Amino acid sequence: MHLSIAVILFIFGGAILAGLLGALIGLGGGILIVPMLTLIFGLPIQYAIGASIISVIATSSGAAAAYVRDHLTNLRIGMFLEVATTTGAICGAFLAGILASNILFIIFGIVLLISVAPLIFKLGEELPKGVRNDLWARKLKLASTYPDEHLGKDVSYQVTHTPAGLGMMYVAGLISGLLGIGSGTFKVLAMDTIMRLPMKVSTTTSNFMIGVTAAASAGIYFVRGDVIPVVAAPVALGILLGAVIGARVLTHLSNRTLRLIFIPVLAIIAIQMVLRGTGLAV
Amino acid sequence: MRQVTDQTPTGVRTREKLPAVEQGPQAAGTGGSSTMTAIIGGVLQGGVILSSAVILIGLVMLLLRGSGLSERYLATFPHTFSQVWTGLLGLHPQSIIALGLILLILTPVMRVAISIVAFALERDRLYVVITSIVLLILIAGFLLQKGGA
Repeated sequence: MHLSIAVILFIFGGAILAGLLGALIGLGGGILIVPMLTLIFGLPIQYAIGASIISVIATSSGAAAAYVRDHLTNLRIGMFLEVATTTGAICGAFLAGILASNILFIIFGIVLLISVAPLIFKLGEELPKGVRNDLWARKLKLASTYPDEHLGKDVSYQVTHTPAGLGMMYVAGLISGLLGIGSGTFKVLAMDTIMRLPMKVSTTTSNFMIGVTAAASAGIYFVRGDVIPVVAAPVALGILLGAVIGARVLTHLSNRTLRLIFIPVLAIIAIQMVLRGTGLAV
Repeated sequence: MRQVTDQTPTGVRTREKLPAVEQGPQAAGTGGSSTMTAIIGGVLQGGVILSSAVILIGLVMLLLRGSGLSERYLATFPHTFSQVWTGLLGLHPQSIIALGLILLILTPVMRVAISIVAFALERDRLYVVITSIVLLILIAGFLLQKGGA
C-alpha cells in the first residue's frame, strides 16, 4: 500500500464529497465510500468496508443527536428492532470474512442499485391511515405520537406487522455488517412499508438505529485488522465535515434536481461494482 | 405557542401546549424523559466530537512524523486493545487514531447503556430487558472475534 500525503488528502476530499452528497440526496454517505476506496484508490474491498463502517457510525451519531432531541425518534421501536439489526450485523461481519471479494463487489453493486430505487419511487406514506396495532405492538408499547412541525400538532400512530418488520430488520443488519453501509433504505423499508410508520418517524428512527447496528460489526472489523487507521481517519473526518456542510446548504438547494442528476451516477457506480466483481472490468 | 390536538376517549380536544407538558416524563411518548433524551443526544454528540478530535490529532501527528507514511510503519497498525494501549504509551500516531476510532465505535454502545438506565428510571422493566439484550449482543460482537482471532 503506497500512501502519500496527497493520497490521504484525496481520500479526505472524496469523503467530504460523499458526506455532502449523502446529506443532499438523503442516502447515507457510507454507500459511496466503498466504491470510492476500491474503484478509485484500489484498496482491497475488506479494508474499504472497514473504513466505511466507521464513517457510518460518525454520520449516524451526529445526525441522530438532533432527531432524538426533536422527539421524532421512537426510542422503543428503535431499541426493540436493534435486537434484530445487531444480530444481523454480527452475522454479516462474519460472512464478509468468509466470502470472496468478488462476491462482495457483486452484492455491493446490487444493494446500491436497490438503494437507488427509493430515490425514484416514493416508498411508504407520510401519514399512513387505518393502521391498527398488532399483538406485538400492544405488548411492546410501540404506538406513540410525534410533533409534526408541518401540521403544527402532535400526530399519534399505531404499528402493525411487527414480526415481519423484525425479520426485515435482521436482513438490514446483515447487509450493514456485510458491506459496511448503514443500509438505511432497508431499515426504512421495514418500518415504512411493512410496519407502516409515518415517514418522519421511520426515517429518523432508522438513522438512530444505524449507529448501533454499525457499532456491532465495527468492533469485529477493528479486531480483525480490517480498519486501517491511516485510511479510516481521513474517511471519518471527511464524511463528518461533508455531512455538516450538507445539512447547512440543504435548505438552499432543491434536492429533487440533485436526485435526478445523481441517480444515473449512482447506477453507473453500482454497475461498475458488479462488473469489477465479475472480472469484466478492472 | 403551538396548538395541540389530543385524541382522548371522549373525543378530540384542543388545548394550549404548556412547556411543562412538553417536558413530562412521556414527552412525545418516545420512551424517554426529556432529560434522558437530552443526555442521550449529548452522549452521541459529545462522543462524535471527542473521537474526531482524537482522530484528527493522531492523523496530524502521523503526517508530521517524517517516516509516518513509510510502508514499513503503516504495515503494522494496532488492531487489538492491548496493541492500541501499548502504542498509546509510546504516543504512536496510529495508536492515537485507533483510540479515536474505538471511542467512535463505543459512542453508540454508550448510548445503549444509558438507555438501560433511562428505561429503569421509567420503571419500564420490559425495555430494560430488551435494551440489555442489545448491549449484550454488542459486547458479544467484540468478544466473539477476539476469541476467534
